[in-house]
Amino acid sequence: MAEKKSLGKEFRKGLIAENPVLRLVLGTCPTLATSTSVANALGMGIAATLVLICSNIVISLLRKVIPSKVRIPAYIVIIASFVTIVQMIVKAFVPALDESLGVFLPLIVVNCIILGRAEAFAGKNPVIASAVDGLGMGVGFTMALCCMGAVREILGAGTFLAGIKDLLAVFGDFSFNGFTIIPEGGAISPMLIFILAPGGFFTFGILMACANKLAEKKGKPRAELGGCQACPMAKNCALLADGKDCSEEKEDKAV
Amino acid sequence: MKSALFILLTAILTENFVLCKFLGICPFLGVSKKLNTAVGMSGAVIFVMALATAVTYPINKYLLVANDLEYLQTIVFILVIAALVQLVELILKKFMPPLYNALGIYLPLITTNCAVLGVVLLNITKEYGFVDSILNSVGAGLGFMLAMVIFSGVRSRLEGCDIPKFLQGLPIVLISASIVSLSFMGFTGLVENIFA
Repeated sequence: MAEKKSLGKEFRKGLIAENPVLRLVLGTCPTLATSTSVANALGMGIAATLVLICSNIVISLLRKVIPSKVRIPAYIVIIASFVTIVQMIVKAFVPALDESLGVFLPLIVVNCIILGRAEAFAGKNPVIASAVDGLGMGVGFTMALCCMGAVREILGAGTFLAGIKDLLAVFGDFSFNGFTIIPEGGAISPMLIFILAPGGFFTFGILMACANKLAEKKGKPRAELGGCQACPMAKNCALLADGKDCSEEKEDKAV
Repeated sequence: MKSALFILLTAILTENFVLCKFLGICPFLGVSKKLNTAVGMSGAVIFVMALATAVTYPINKYLLVANDLEYLQTIVFILVIAALVQLVELILKKFMPPLYNALGIYLPLITTNCAVLGVVLLNITKEYGFVDSILNSVGAGLGFMLAMVIFSGVRSRLEGCDIPKFLQGLPIVLISASIVSLSFMGFTGLVENIFA
């Protein structure tokens, strides 16, 4: 019973309290780039979740075999293999998604959420807990992406869930292809800027402010960059961000 | 010559890696507080991007494409880049200490930087030749540097500002990035028109 309870906790923490995008500030590049529409966001989220669960399972299985000195390269190989598999699946079954995600599909390899969870969780915990952690983090990532996607799509294109047909095509032929929120040629037209790069930064900033506000109400600290605790390079990054030279760091290495 | 300039300017201005393509956002937000760290980081990025392209281009052409192994691109490239960065760090440390002191600390940060893997993959999708690939990589790196330098200036101004409480910290940084990115949209069509 206690076991089950803690598994539920592992799953839930990824959704809100430790949401990878809005709380841990991981994976900002794919968040900004693939949230131009809800369908894109969903596709990216599902692809990343699949990779996250599979790599977490394998890394957790191998955690006693991989020597700690070469663990990062080993993790990268495992993650890259799963990314390649997912890439091939997407190319075969959802070619439209492959086209709209473009280079960001193979770039899941360097998504710091995945390497981060491998380093912070899967490398230290048993298989089932790691799988559940991967699922929770993946769903949290997808949720944050869809939030951004919804705001950007509704304001920028005037539609909601447009292009979902290509995603659903995996399960059969659906005629449903989203709603039109702002009809074309009406009194107001959509603000294209939200689909473009500046809109991405802006929406992310506002969402982050909202998440911070909610977190403060609960008495939690605000999200900060450098909360990349999981990233293997975080130590150097944090030193640089503080404007220190890394001489102390170098001395550590020398010893 | 004309096409070389075209590729360079496109990569720097109209298709700026950070502000238009969303690659390398982590260092852009994380290391842009101070001008000197911003410049150091971008220098290392330019260096590694050019080198990674020079190494992965022949690997892709003569090893992967020749043997119908294109699906291994992702896994091979990330390993090659990771190994390359380690190797470069060792070589610089041994033979070029001044350069190592300038760039060394930034090098390990770059292994998992999506901009480097991104530029290598984009060069392949765009079907550039060897020289064009290198030019595109250098241009992308220079664009990264331009964005970093501009943004570090914006951020140093932000420090003295009275920011509303709910926007303090990361949100205001993102919103400033949005405005900088908006200014880069002004370059849309510029390069095409110069060479038209």
